[in-house]
This record gives sequence, structure tokens and C-alpha cells, in this order.
Amino acid sequence: MTINQSGWKPAAPVAGPGDTGTITGNRALMLEEALIFEIGDTDTTGVDFADGEAGKSRLGNLARTSEIGLPGLTEPETVRHYTRLSRQNYAIDLGLFPLGSCTMKHNPRLNEKVARLPGFADIHPLQPRETVGGALEVINELAFWLIDLTGMHGVAMSPKAGAHGELCGLLCIRAALEARGDAREVVLVPESAHGTNPATAAFCGYRVENIPATDGGRVDLEALKGRLGPDVAAVMITNPNTCGLFEPDMKAISDAVHAAGGFVYCDGANFNAIVGKVRPGDLGIDAMHINLHKTFSTPHGGGGPGSGPVVLSEALSPYGPLPYTARTADGVVHLVEEEQAEEFSQVHFGGAMQSFGRMTAFHGQMGMFTRALAYILSHGADGLKQVAEDAVLNANYVLRSLEDVLDAPFARSGPCMHEAIFSDAGFAGGITTLDLAKALIDEGFHPMTMYFPLVVHGAMLVEPTETESKAALDQFIAALRSIAERARAGDESLKSAPVYAPRRRLDETLAARKPVIGWKTPAPDAPKISGRNEVGGQ
Amino acid sequence: MRYLPLSDADRSAMLEVVGAGSIDELFRDVPESARQSGPIAGLPHHASELAVERHLAKRARKNIPAGEVPFFLGCGAYKHHIPASVDHLIQRGEYLTAYTPYQPEIAQGTLQVLFEFQSQVARLYGCEVANASMYDGSTACWEAIGMARRITRRTKAVVSSGLHPHYVSVCKTMARFTGDTLETAVPELGAETDGERLIAAIDRETSAVVVQYPDILGRIADLQPIADAAHAAGALLIAVVTEPVALGAIRAPGEMGADIVVGEGQSIGVGLQFGGPYVGLFACREKHVRQMPGRIAGETVDAEGKRGFVLTLSTREQHIRREKATSNICTNSGLCALAFSIHMTLLGEKGLRQLAALNHARAVEVAERLAAIPGVRLVNDSFFNEFTLELPVEARPAVHAMVERGVLGGVSLGRLYPVVDALANGLVVAVTETVTDEHIDALEGALKEVVA
Ligand SMILES: Cc1ncc(COP(=O)(O)O)c(C=O)c1O
Repeated sequence: MTINQSGWKPAAPVAGPGDTGTITGNRALMLEEALIFEIGDTDTTGVDFADGEAGKSRLGNLARTSEIGLPGLTEPETVRHYTRLSRQNYAIDLGLFPLGSCTMKHNPRLNEKVARLPGFADIHPLQPRETVGGALEVINELAFWLIDLTGMHGVAMSPKAGAHGELCGLLCIRAALEARGDAREVVLVPESAHGTNPATAAFCGYRVENIPATDGGRVDLEALKGRLGPDVAAVMITNPNTCGLFEPDMKAISDAVHAAGGFVYCDGANFNAIVGKVRPGDLGIDAMHINLHKTFSTPHGGGGPGSGPVVLSEALSPYGPLPYTARTADGVVHLVEEEQAEEFSQVHFGGAMQSFGRMTAFHGQMGMFTRALAYILSHGADGLKQVAEDAVLNANYVLRSLEDVLDAPFARSGPCMHEAIFSDAGFAGGITTLDLAKALIDEGFHPMTMYFPLVVHGAMLVEPTETESKAALDQFIAALRSIAERARAGDESLKSAPVYAPRRRLDETLAARKPVIGWKTPAPDAPKISGRNEVGGQ
Repeated sequence: MRYLPLSDADRSAMLEVVGAGSIDELFRDVPESARQSGPIAGLPHHASELAVERHLAKRARKNIPAGEVPFFLGCGAYKHHIPASVDHLIQRGEYLTAYTPYQPEIAQGTLQVLFEFQSQVARLYGCEVANASMYDGSTACWEAIGMARRITRRTKAVVSSGLHPHYVSVCKTMARFTGDTLETAVPELGAETDGERLIAAIDRETSAVVVQYPDILGRIADLQPIADAAHAAGALLIAVVTEPVALGAIRAPGEMGADIVVGEGQSIGVGLQFGGPYVGLFACREKHVRQMPGRIAGETVDAEGKRGFVLTLSTREQHIRREKATSNICTNSGLCALAFSIHMTLLGEKGLRQLAALNHARAVEVAERLAAIPGVRLVNDSFFNEFTLELPVEARPAVHAMVERGVLGGVSLGRLYPVVDALANGLVVAVTETVTDEHIDALEGALKEVVA
């Protein structure tokens, strides 16, 4: 059955002002694409199944009778639908993607290849151990790299992304505190922190309090010390921080927190700046998540999946989640799940392991582990050090090449790490950070992170990463310089950017005020207009 | 190093622009004591593409892939055939190497896919709305309990004994820290699910009843009576689906009164991958959308009136609401959601129904043949593509003994419930469209031998 009985295709523009001037609404390689609900129907399929004779049903009395309403397309139509849509996306494969805090580096295709080896891609998480020994070795090998690169004591591999890693770290801290009978209620978080930090702390039942920053964009050590006390469970610090600066007092912060009986959580999203050069374990950190989808190049996939292993200090390692892998003296890598946890702890750790429990079904993001390990082995210790150095050099190059046209609030105090931060100071005529970002789109770049961190007005956070060539940076700098000059001159035309993207600016207020978040079949007599699908009901 | 474009000449020229004499000057904020002078000692140096591939391929060869043997494992992760075009399409750089669609004008591809994905999930689950994905089924399940707490302002969740034990563990971990109470139980090796126990346990403190459908033993029970009882007490019904293909054959939870439906989407489009990454599905009633966790794509128009899509309702999310957000989730399972959506588009309603029918028919056939082995009892009255056998021997050693015969014959309940003696002889067998007649013969032969 056709789902879109009216034949109404709002995606296809009608002739009118600002229109393409073509009959199809397309413009050469700029192709419009309707929704699967507008072009597919429930009787079409792109998969052939052998006709089976209907056997006995054992579905109880619950066989599905009503229509589901799922549109199908044949294979050629499917390939075309998703290929056409893909061309409306910007991506690291197309150009510089300087999204600060997100580390959009090149994603090596070797990683994709090894992740798809059937021995990794086609094994079930509950297969008997003797059939997955190689997979456990990979997890263990990656674990050891992460421990060595960070100078920590242990690592929890199962968290599914950075925020899940934060949760893991805070749960370890809570478990460690509870084990010593110490109920603490507060987690201190800098104002510049990523939103996941306070959200995670609240999720674990903590009250969140802000710690102020200095004018130099660092944690205010004295203010922090003044707030520490017996109610503070942990301090969450991002280092390098979200202004792209290293926290020079990190060790002193850790010492002060430890002296007050608390723990130090480090948000490791920015590890790319220091990988191979600085070991967080040397700075007194107790727990830190590593976004494999940032520092270790696993692809972002338009929003995920990620992987967020958490390295742990000696004090926190016993509390990490189940399952975990451990290699014993005989060279065998064990997968320690609920059932062996107790005994394994007794035999191999003198009873010290007291996991807080499980955070996810199965054992974490294996598909990301293989990719990250391929990346790490490719670089080696020497290459990873070079990664950090080039990432930092590229960011400083951008910073120094633009500080005369864009306000760089912390540039006077010295170099940045892997990302350069600018503010909107000096923009004239009501031009905003958003306008500048949208103008970058017209120049063929993905914009930088905007309005984050919150401590810098109209923040623009530029993270080029180490996989950009000097030529690419020079072109980006030239484009940004020209746009910045227009912003300082109050050039009104910036307000209508982007002009050349598949869409002009989108109305986000309308989207939130009257949410349309799924396809609703329009009534057969619905008006055939271009625009938003607000008619009908399912 | 093949991934680093800067040459030494570039580096010197750039250092000059930066005004630094050496790269170390850029790291001057790092205290000397914390700086590594050379590469971290004890770790190997860089390696060629060929060397790395060999290193990993060697480890891959030590594992037995599901596709190479008669394979019958399920319990939350399923071996299905994924059409070749799915993996090709998700490897297009425009999808693979894009970030979260924060700049909608140049992310309409991802955003339209998410809108379509949400629509597909909502329809599959029989719900009004769905989000743009969670990490996996287990974390989606926990988030649903948290959402029910926020909606009802109550803290007791009544959890079915048929819920996947890993999901139960995840919920228990979180409940310990959030102050929720979970009433849980372990399943019994019988045909009856625990609907009556659940209904009896609902009271005025209950935020939600959590029921897996089909459950961990493969049993299928009508959710309507549980939904009615929950609603009468002001509680919600959360349904958990670990095998989405089942919904091509059996009624959708949303049709039977479930308020929140969550689950694992791996079966559609996503490979087994030893447990991750997978894709959490999350759907609910429209009136509760502002309590839903995770990202949501919504329709709008651009400055010229053309339809387009954006991330919306973000005042629920951590980057806006910080400690008051509905969840801390940020990165989700975008690319797996894309794979799900492509596979679902290839199937369409017709293909999904055929696929489900094929799975069910095969499973019925295998169940009948295995139940005919002396001493083996089929526990289920009802099932979709997965059922539980009670063996005359302990199932864990039986599984290992079948491996020696080249058969991955199922998941032993001893693996999932190590301390529950009453379940030790339980074997859960999943049968999908990938199972051939030869596979069935092999399983039957192996099982006969190991229970004899
Ligand atoms: C500083 C910082 N912390 C935490 C996160 C959260 O990580 P994830 O998105 O992997 O959950 C991010 C990235 O989005 C980040 O930039």
C-alpha cells in the first residue's frame, strides 16, 4: 500500500521566489530527495526471500494483524536515496572540520577494514571463551596501551561514549567513598565544563557546584581550595580545558582534593593535545575517560557510536565495572563477568576487586576497540607524540594568524594547546558568532564550535587537528580572516549566510514550538504545497 | 607517518609564524616534571599498514565467526543477514566522517535519515514518537526507568523476571546510586511468564512495570493486562524488545498499552561485533516527549520556506540544561541508526513480515526436532525465533561439548544466571534466516551426543 496516498511531496520545491528555476527543483549535482514515506510503499521490498510454506504458528494469540506502515524501496532506489542524502552532509572527508572539543581528525580506512574482519565483526558476545580468544586479546592489548599512555593503574573498557565514561568514573568514586563509609554529596565542576559533566554528576545523585575560572581561563586554585571540605566527593576537571589551555596547577589541584578526602575526575575529551607527551597519572588524576572517537580516530558517524574507556588510579581500580579482561601469568586473557568476579578477585587480586556492577549489556564497543588499536599501532609511541605536537602546532598557527582580526581572550598569556578560542568582541552592526559561522559554510568549511565554553562571550572554538596540511590551514585562515573583517565592519550580508548550502538557515524556534518529529501521513486531500508537513494524523 | 601531512619544513615555517623557537615552547604550561622527553618508554614505534593489518588479522583468526559454523546464539544479540548495500552506504564518507548535525544547513543528509529512523522506530514499536537512538538496549532500558520516575514522581520499578539479566544488572547498578527501588526476580523454567506476579506487585509507589517481549526465554505474553493494571495504579508500562525482527510477526507493544518502548536494534543492519556498538531504540507517547532522553530530529522550514530538519527539543539535553538534563547522553549510535534505517527501508513492511515469518517457521521446525531428542524438553508454549530447552544435563558443559563438535549451539542459562541452580540445565536456542538445513542437522546431531 502507498503510504503517501496524496502523492504530496513537500521536498520537491515549487516554482517561486528564490527557487531554482528548474522543473525538478534540482540543480545539477545539488539533488533534492523526498522522504522514504513519500516515495516508498508497504508492498515494495529490496530483499528477496525464498517463499516458505506457512508452517505452524507458535506466536500465542499475538500475531500481528494491523498494518505497521513501514515503507520499502527496491535496492537501486535505496542506494540512490541514501547516496543522494549523503551529498547534503559536510564531512571530514570533504574538508576541514574544526569543531572544537570534538577532534575531527582523519579516519584511517585501515581501521574500517580490520573492524570488518569476520573474526571481529561476526562474533557473538556470549560465545564460549574458547571461540573468542583473539577478541579478548585485542581488548586487553588496547587496555594496556591506554594504561601506559596515561600512566594510570587500570582501565574500564565497557563505557559506550565519553558521557558514559564520566558516569563510570563517578560511580567508581562513589563506590570507593561508600566502601570507606564516607557519604559525600557535592561534585565541583568548572563553569567552562562540557554539559555532560554536571549532567553526569547529577545523574549519580550528586549536587553540582560551580568552581570559578581565573581571567586567564584556568581553574581558580585558591577558590577551589576554599571550597574543598568533607562534603566534596569529587572535582571534575577538563585538562587541557575547554578553552584549549593546559591547567598548569593540575598537580596542586589533585593534591588539594586528595588532602580533603575527595577524588579527581578528569574529562579526557582533549587528550589529543597531550597523548604521548604527558601522562595524566603523573598529575594525580583518579579517573579519566578517553573518547576513542576523538583522540583515537574512530569515526563519528554523524553522532556516534563512540567508546569511552576510563583509566583509573590504584585507589579506584578495584571498583571498576564488570565485565573486565585480565591476563594471567599463563598468558591467557580472561573475561571476568559476574559469575567469576568474586573468585577471580580472591585468586588474582587478594580479594581487592569490588566492582560497582555492570554498566551495559555485554562487553563494550568492540567495533571501536579494533579501530582504535589499529590507529595506535600505526602511530606507535613516537607517532602519537607527533600527533599531539602537530595538533598543538596547527592550533597555535591558527591562533597567531588570526589574533589581529579576532579577539583571542587568552592569547596574551601564552600558547594554546590543541584548540584556539576566540570571542565576538569587536564585531559591529549586530553581527554574531552565528553569522560568522554560517558564512564559513559558504566558503566550504564546517564551522567551529560556537557558544561553547560558556565562559567566553560568543565563543568560537577552533580545533584543526593534526591531520590538516599547512595548505588547508592557510586556506581556512584566509577565509576566516575575510569573514572576520566583514564582521568587524558590520557587513549585513553575513546575516543571510549561508547562501550556497543545500538549505538556508533553518527555523529552530518553529521546530521546537510545534514539534514534528516523525512522519505523519497527510490526508489524501492535503494541499500540495512546499513546506512543512503539519497536516493529517497517523 | 602516513596520517600526518605536515613536513619538517612546514613545521619550521609555522613555528616561526607562531613565534616559538621549538615545539616544546608550546607545551610550556605543562610542568617539567610531567613532561615526557621522548616517546613514552616501553611502547613500540609506528608500523606500516601491512604490519598492523597482519597483527590484527592474526588475532581475528583465533575467533570463530558466526557465519562459519552452525550458529544458534541469541539472548539479546542476533545473527541476521545484512544486505550488502547497507555496509557500503554507511561507509560513504559523508555519513561515516560527519559529526553530530549541529550545523543543519550542511547536515540535511544525517538529519533526514534520523527523522526517517525515528518514524520507522515509532511505527515498529506502535508508539507515537521515538528519539534518534541511545547507546544500546540495556542503557535505553535504564533510561526508561529514569524517565518513568520523572513522569510519575515515584521510585519503585517492578521488573519482570523475563528481562535480560544484563539489562537487570545495568538497572541495578544505576538504581543503587539514584535511590530507585527495583523489584526483580529470576525466571522459572516454565511456559508461564510472570505477569501475575507483576500485577500483584504494582502499588501506589510504583513508577513503572518493566517487561521484556519476547522475554529472555523467548516466551511471548500479552502486555495488555499488565498495562491496564499499571495504568489503574498511575504507573507506566515499559516494554523492552531485544529482537526487533519479532515485531514483524507479533503485535507491537505500543498497541497493547505500553507507554515507553525501548530495545536493542542490532538485528536490523548492525553486525554482532562481540556486543557493540549496537543501537538503542527509544519510543514513547507524544505527551511525554519532553521527558524523553537523547537527541531528536524534527521538521522545520528554512528561510526560503523549504522543508528541512534540525535537532530539536534540546532544552531537555545536557548541553543546554546541564545538571537538570533528562540524561547525560551526548554521542549516541548515529551510524548504527543509519544502518538500521537503510536495512529497514530495504525490507519495507513486506520484507520485514517475510523475514519474521521465515525466522518463526525455522524456529518452530528446530524446536520440534530438538524436543524430540530423548530427555530434552521444550520449555516454551509460545516463541518467535528463540526458545528454551531443558536438557537432562547441565547446559554449560553441553555448550562447550558442542563447540568441540563444531557447533555453536545456544546460550546456556548457566552463563547468564550462574548462581541459580534451577536454571542450570536451560539452553536458549535462537534460529534465524541464516540457519540452513545442514546447520540444523549438525545441531541435532551434536545435541543428541552431548545429552546422551
Ligand atoms: C569536553 C567534553 N566532555 C565530554 C564530552 C562527551 O563525550 P561523548 O559525546 O562521547 O559522550 C565531549 C564531547 O562531546 C566533550 O567535548
